[in-house]
Amino acid sequence: MKPIARPVHLDLLRIHLPVTGWVSILHRVSGVLLFLALPIGVWALSVSLSGEAGFRQLSDCTTLFAIRIALLGLTWAFAHHLFAGLRHLMLDAHLGTNLCRARQSSAAVLAASGAVTILVAWRLFA
Amino acid sequence: MKSASGAHSGTGSWLLQRATAVLLALALPGLAIYFLTALPVDFAGWQALFAPQGLRVLLLLTTAALALHAWVGMRDIFMDYVRPTGLRLGLYLVVIVVLVGSVAWLAATLFNPALWSAA
Repeated sequence: MKPIARPVHLDLLRIHLPVTGWVSILHRVSGVLLFLALPIGVWALSVSLSGEAGFRQLSDCTTLFAIRIALLGLTWAFAHHLFAGLRHLMLDAHLGTNLCRARQSSAAVLAASGAVTILVAWRLFA
Repeated sequence: MKSASGAHSGTGSWLLQRATAVLLALALPGLAIYFLTALPVDFAGWQALFAPQGLRVLLLLTTAALALHAWVGMRDIFMDYVRPTGLRLGLYLVVIVVLVGSVAWLAATLFNPALWSAA
C-alpha cells in the first residue's frame, strides 16, 4: 500500500516560527553561548588578577572592535536568557499561560533584551 | 523497562534548574552592578574589588549554581538533538569537564593566597 502523501514543509522560506517559538529557541541558543563564555570568562579573570601586566593586556583587548562585538553578543545572550528565564518561571506558576498573554510576554522578552543590548551598544561604541 | 536512573530523576533536574535559576536571577544582576559601577578601574582598584572575602565566597557559590544550571540545560539540549548514545555521553563528559574545570579554576584564582596576602 502506498503511504499517503502528507505535506512536508521543509521550505525554510515558508516555515515561520511564532514569536513564542523564537523566544524558546533563542533561550537555548543564548544558554549555549553563555556556557561557552564561562571558561573564557574564568580564564580572563585569572589573567586580570595575575598581575599588572595581565590586567593591562586584557584591558587593552577590550578596546578592540571584535572583542567589543563579542561582549555585546554576550550581553544580549545574558539579557535574553534572564528575561526568557523569568518568563519561564512565570509560566511554571501558571501565570499568563493563555495564548494572547504568552505572545505578549514573548514580545516583551524580545523587546527588553533588545533594549538592554542597544543601551550597552551605545555605551560601548558611542 | 524503567530507566536505570530512576523514575523521578526528571523532577529532580527540573527543580534543580528552577532553584538555581532563581538564585542566579538574584545574584548575577547584583554582582554585575557591583563591578560595573566601579568601572573604569586600574589594577589596584580591580584587585581591591575582589578583596572582601564575602564577595569571593558569593562569586564562587554563584558560579557553582551556574555550573549546575548549565549542566541541566546542556544535558536537555543533547538529549533532544543528539541521538547516538556514545556521542551523547561523550558530549556530557566534555560539558562536565568544562564546568567542573571552570569552577575549580575560579576557586583557585579567588582563593590564591599569593594574591591576597599583600592586600
